[in-house]
Amino acid sequence: MSILSVNQLSKSFGGLMAVKELSFKLEKGDILGLIGPNGAGKTTVFNCLTGFIPPDQGEILFHEKSVKDMQPYKISQLGLVRTFQIVKPFLTISVLDNVMVGALIKEKSITKARQESMEIIEFLGLGRMANVEAQGLPLPLRKKLELARALATKPKILLLDEVMAGLNPTEVDEIIDLIRQVNARGISILLIEHVMRGVMALSQRVLVINYGKKIAEGIPEEVVKDKGVIEAYLGKEFLSAQG
Amino acid sequence: MTRFYLFLASVLAVLLLLPLFLDKYELGIFVMIFFYAYLGQSWNVLTGYTGHISLGHALYIGIGAYTSTYLAQAFGLSPWIGMWVGALVAVVVAFCLGYLGFRFGLRGVYFVILTIAFAEITRLVVSHIAALGSFSGIFLDFKPSFSNFQFTGNIPYYYIALGFMIFSVIAVRLIETSKLGRFMVAIREDEDAAQALGVNAFKYNMIAIAISASMTSLAGTFYANYIFYIHPDSLFGMGLSIELILRPIIGGLGTIFGPVIGSFILTPLSEITRAYFAKGGLEGLHLIIYGILAILVVLFMPKGIIIYVKRVLNPILKLDEEN
Amino acid sequence: MNTDLALQLGVQGVLLGGIYGLIAIGLSLIFGVMGVINFAHGQMMVMGMYISYWIFVLLGVDPYISLIVVAAAIFLLGYLIQSSVVNRILDYPEAMQVLPLVAVGLILENTVLLLWGPDHRSPQTSLSLETIWMGDVMVDVSRLIAFGLAIIITISIFIFLKKSNTGKCIRAAADNRMGAVLVGIKVNRINNISFALGAATTGAAGALLIPLMPLSPHLGHDFTLTAFVVVILGGMGNLIGALVGGLILGTAESLSTLILPATLKQVVSFSILVIIMLFRPQGLLGGKK
Repeated sequence: MSILSVNQLSKSFGGLMAVKELSFKLEKGDILGLIGPNGAGKTTVFNCLTGFIPPDQGEILFHEKSVKDMQPYKISQLGLVRTFQIVKPFLTISVLDNVMVGALIKEKSITKARQESMEIIEFLGLGRMANVEAQGLPLPLRKKLELARALATKPKILLLDEVMAGLNPTEVDEIIDLIRQVNARGISILLIEHVMRGVMALSQRVLVINYGKKIAEGIPEEVVKDKGVIEAYLGKEFLSAQG
Repeated sequence: MTRFYLFLASVLAVLLLLPLFLDKYELGIFVMIFFYAYLGQSWNVLTGYTGHISLGHALYIGIGAYTSTYLAQAFGLSPWIGMWVGALVAVVVAFCLGYLGFRFGLRGVYFVILTIAFAEITRLVVSHIAALGSFSGIFLDFKPSFSNFQFTGNIPYYYIALGFMIFSVIAVRLIETSKLGRFMVAIREDEDAAQALGVNAFKYNMIAIAISASMTSLAGTFYANYIFYIHPDSLFGMGLSIELILRPIIGGLGTIFGPVIGSFILTPLSEITRAYFAKGGLEGLHLIIYGILAILVVLFMPKGIIIYVKRVLNPILKLDEEN
Repeated sequence: MNTDLALQLGVQGVLLGGIYGLIAIGLSLIFGVMGVINFAHGQMMVMGMYISYWIFVLLGVDPYISLIVVAAAIFLLGYLIQSSVVNRILDYPEAMQVLPLVAVGLILENTVLLLWGPDHRSPQTSLSLETIWMGDVMVDVSRLIAFGLAIIITISIFIFLKKSNTGKCIRAAADNRMGAVLVGIKVNRINNISFALGAATTGAAGALLIPLMPLSPHLGHDFTLTAFVVVILGGMGNLIGALVGGLILGTAESLSTLILPATLKQVVSFSILVIIMLFRPQGLLGGKK
């Protein structure tokens, strides 16, 4: 039983088909990488999965239950939680208060929520900034905050949208390690990424889409060699140049 | 922290003892200080904490005033009870407004305009209802008694208003530190991000506006039985809506003591300028001063005067050891 | 239903609507270029009214003639307000921009109150009471002239925006602020001019309204709200929409007096406002949100 099952998902905006009959499964405990050139439709997939945009057609089953026409907050409460490509911290409150909002989704007691939040903050290496206002944080730390907040909701699946964008190699390494640890706690992960190193290091399987359609799926090493994938990223000329 | 509570306690003690030293006129000023602090606090619950700006909050004051007055005059119902009926009506109206605003996703300025529209429509409609006094308004009979919520002299009003103000401070404090308050702030900061975490924004927005509306309407009942004259223009009008938001803005939006400080600064200011300048026929000058102050605060101290007050008091009270 | 009466009311409504449109164009322009909702718009109109009145009382110059002077005066006022206050709040979240402008409105309204007192004034200008017949309809001459002038001013603004260099810059800035900056347009100056222009049109409208209604310092709110209704009806930032919206609103309000007491007219406009905000927030002709 897959924890997330997507079947023939389609979404168009006006005349433009952003996602076309996309089907894939995420197995419990796995990390699935979702890659593709810019504009391929990856974030639209996330938006459909999390209820921010209603799909035109298709099935989205979370734990075998359809979440297709549910409101975003309900889907998140069920355990399917996303982060945003452009991070959205609660700017004028502290890191701790930010994370507590996440914790309070599932935890009723404020004291316990605070404890849990501090644990997550420490785990992600933000311990010293717990009382700093979010708007005082530089981007890499804001990304960690986004992750911390999502983790605090005790998700079953995390949808991470380009969480490594804008990070330098050391920061990328750190995030890769943290994501591994999160996954080790039993949280399944669907990962949109451009930073290939991250995708390769973390994903059990990779799904490649372009122009809204799936063009390859499989283990990272194979997908990377797939002709269609190379063409999508680097163009026909490159492919023919390769011979 | 304890120093801070000691400070609050001493301020409270002073306020409790003041009536021994002040005359009726001076007490009246304090009644207004407490009244507007309470109003500002009630408005703050919606605007300061969830970020939805209401420029038509006088709507609820009017509802409170008219409901309790009508019930008192038509059925002899004590305003102490009528007050809660008024609050109920206010909540219903707030739910209607909230439903339209939040379900249809009216954000920012559109929401502001919606609140104005509701207040104005109500004002116009009430002005045409004979049972509510139409354009002439309603004069309340002065029949002082506790059950009538009417008193001779200002001392009882002073303590009731003080009670209202203290109640609002405690209420806001409780909300601020609760799950409700934290979700409200999250909504204010980024409603989409809050939704993405699992916060049912619609539900919490509705709760916020209901609390704000009901608190505000209670003040309407107080007003009616203190001023003894209610009129649609003064009670539902934009003048009152604007007047009541100035203190929390200048004092500090979204803070517990902002509206209180704002009221302690602006209300006496208004009284002084009114008394001083009105003699020379300079009516309206105090509003010009308000306006200038409000602009200065929004431009240069957007978090309100409370930041400076905190800074000044910090060394003495060690406020940093809060939380 | 009395069709003659309906026609009569309709015509009167359209004529007033032209002035509404003029007021709303200013608001729409300001929003289009800067994204700011001018909550002091009605009060600027009132300023224009009173300055025009003052000129009339002091110098005997008819409002229609002193129009240019009044417009210039309010232009300067607008420029001042924009450069001192509005410029600084351009990047504030939308809702926080409301407060300073409401405060500006408060200041303007009470300045008028201070200078001229609270009593209503009804100056008798040369054309105040004249009426003429147009077919079966009796029309106030002053209303007709006001309408005509409003249309002329509106068209002038359209031409200015379309043909002049400054006008093109304004349109560019309204369309894409960043782009305008990148091509070297002095956006600050354009902002100042746009706001001033928006203010001037509403001030001029104030002058036009003198023969049509008694002056009072507190008219501001009602007209700000009317302008909002028109702008939202026509589409925020859509200038033609402002004109069309004005005509529609003027007519609707006027015709509503067939079934409602005149004092409830505004319930009609507010109800239209709410319905449009809920079901077609981009307005009838489409505009920015």
